Amino acid sequence: MAENTYLIRGAAILGGEAEDLLIRDGVIEARGKDLSADDATVIDAQGLVALPGMVDVHTHLREPGREDAETVETGTRAAALGGFTAVHAMANSNPVADTAGVVEQVHSLGRASGWVDVRPVGAVTVGLAGEQLAELGAMADSRAQVRMFSDDGICVHDPVLMRRALEYVKAFDGVVAQHAQEPRLTAGAQMNEGAVSAVLGLTGWPAVAEESIIARDVLLAQHVGSRLHVCHVSTAGSVEIVRWAKARGINVTAEVTPHHLLLTDELVRSYDPVYKVNPPLRTDADVQALREGLADGTIDVVGTDHAPHPSEHKECEWAQAAMGMTGLETALSVVQETMIETGLMTWADFARVTSFTPAVIGRVADQGRPLEVGEPANVILVDPAARWTVDPHKMATMGRNSPFKGKELPGSVVTTFFKGHPTVLGGQLNTPYRYPAVSSS
Amino acid sequence: MKHLLSTENLSLFDAVRVLDTAEEMSAVGEREVKKLPALRGRTVVNLFFEDSTRTRISFEAAAKRLSADVINFAAKGSSVSKGESLKDTAQTLAAMGADAVVIRHWASGAPHRLAATDWIDAAVINAGDGTHEHPTQALLDAFTMRRHWSQVNGIESTGADLKGMRVAIAGDVLHSRVARSNVWLLKTLGAEVTLVAPPTLLPIGVEHWPCKVSYNLDETLEAGIDAMMMLRVQGERMNASFFPSTREYSRRWGFDDARLRMLDDLGMKDTIIMHPGPMNRGLEISSAAADSPRSTVLAQVRNGVSVRMAALYLLLSGDSREAAPNVSQSSKETN
Repeated sequence: MAENTYLIRGAAILGGEAEDLLIRDGVIEARGKDLSADDATVIDAQGLVALPGMVDVHTHLREPGREDAETVETGTRAAALGGFTAVHAMANSNPVADTAGVVEQVHSLGRASGWVDVRPVGAVTVGLAGEQLAELGAMADSRAQVRMFSDDGICVHDPVLMRRALEYVKAFDGVVAQHAQEPRLTAGAQMNEGAVSAVLGLTGWPAVAEESIIARDVLLAQHVGSRLHVCHVSTAGSVEIVRWAKARGINVTAEVTPHHLLLTDELVRSYDPVYKVNPPLRTDADVQALREGLADGTIDVVGTDHAPHPSEHKECEWAQAAMGMTGLETALSVVQETMIETGLMTWADFARVTSFTPAVIGRVADQGRPLEVGEPANVILVDPAARWTVDPHKMATMGRNSPFKGKELPGSVVTTFFKGHPTVLGGQLNTPYRYPAVSSS
Repeated sequence: MKHLLSTENLSLFDAVRVLDTAEEMSAVGEREVKKLPALRGRTVVNLFFEDSTRTRISFEAAAKRLSADVINFAAKGSSVSKGESLKDTAQTLAAMGADAVVIRHWASGAPHRLAATDWIDAAVINAGDGTHEHPTQALLDAFTMRRHWSQVNGIESTGADLKGMRVAIAGDVLHSRVARSNVWLLKTLGAEVTLVAPPTLLPIGVEHWPCKVSYNLDETLEAGIDAMMMLRVQGERMNASFFPSTREYSRRWGFDDARLRMLDDLGMKDTIIMHPGPMNRGLEISSAAADSPRSTVLAQVRNGVSVRMAALYLLLSGDSREAAPNVSQSSKETN
């Protein structure tokens, strides 16, 4: 039996008709009914949905610097189990990914791990300090070939700096991914500002602090004719502004996290910091608007904003706790729960928002491709009928801060093919992909 | 009741029970020997992450009058300098055998964390958390109001509620745990509450609260009130543009001499003036108002000990659904 040959039998391609897929040497060699290949390892996929490997535009892998929270190895294992074949590693590591050296390091760690494509995101400004542009061109030209730039965690709030960044990345087809948060309006902010924060006595993070920055940035993107991506859109008003901008032809894309599609600020009443995240959980009206926005294409992609933290950063007072939630291993299930089981989207739509469009935004070659003959074999098999109860202690991520703990969710990733190699089989980690050795000069 | 974390979820039954128990405790305070054996052998820890000498000594006096052993634990831990974590501190107290933890914390929700986690099994009393709640303050305020309201209506205060009483609370509602606890508790007890503040010092979402909101103190007074509660306002708030100056604040929202006269002129002879302390004389309240016969400031302090005795007693002595204790009998044993 050939080592690199797999025959997937009877998978519903993008949720459509059941067909077979023959994968050989990292490529989809054939697609159709009743394929045969004597040398192939056969994978029975009756009842499973075949989808393109998911591409996360927003992941925190924490390495270098916070290896107590996550490493590239553990984070990418989690990604593979969650159905991802590529992740964009955010720049807020320590040191910050603001030089060619750091992004190449993260890129190399990703290749050494071999679970998914690791696409480093470069910082927009030196040290995320919001004062001076980082060497965006050097990062773009590096082995990591950075195309997405973000100070995520911190907003590029200086309008001139944001304008320059948007202009500058045009030189190498880059995109600025903005963490939209007006800093003065959110000083000390702890949760969504509204009825719940009023009762809980927690400093509010008003929707307007996000919406005003998005409004400014879409106008800047229009003015300089550049490409803007808005990270983790969380309010109904933001959806309206992005919708307006797209109607005007502005080149903007937007992302929503799974947790903002499901959870609301009512959960903060427990004061359990597992629900503390930035941007914060909003109201039910916001959740409904985000779902509609994702369904109608106003919001282009799902990004996990996977943000693992050591337990001591969550086992404390709310105000002391770190912001962030894990998400790689629950993303598919939460999107199935909120978008597919509600009838708002099909699995084909799912492939668009979790794979095709994210790969386009990040300019990731060989990812987010259709499941057609000749395409790279980044494929996942999903059991949509499965139901499981989230147990953070059973996850591959080092972070135990899942806001879905104890929740029953639909859908599970059974198999993940990364470059034609099964990184996940039967819902369990298999082995990583090994890159061919490159002779060193 | 296992814990006393907020007044938001305090039932009318439990609220009246605390107040009635406090009435009995108050009788002890008037005796020559101000002590009951009720909590002999029990350990109460005053865990203060924020300085508050007034609240701490009030709880200390309450616990000692019930014969509990009291440990005062002034924990460092500001948002700037993290000291030992709340979890470690709680587990330390648990290992020492604390039966009740009275916690004052600058972070909203810290008492809820103690109560909700398995870090410690003790009864938790919220002695003020951030800008969230201060339930024993609201209970002592309600106790003070109930005594007054019953007297005005010529009824026995034990068992009574505050139905029909008109209470105005003026000041920095946004940052006030006292205001929040009072709004919920007074609503539960049947009082009609009006919050008076500059719009900048009211939280977004206040429209959902079970009270009226006004930006005009004079109109609120003219409409008629039975109790006027002034909240402490920090002068530094003007630096964050919550109001232009302390003088402007004082003129528009302070209880000054002119407004004190207004109560007389409007014939509101039974209206009381309250303040949780410490007062900023000349800012939110004038000296004449603070020292007038209408002022209940010192009665509030006195009642604070009785209410805290009641809270400790109810949380630490057996089945919480039992009727109020026959304190007079146990006090005889002490004598």
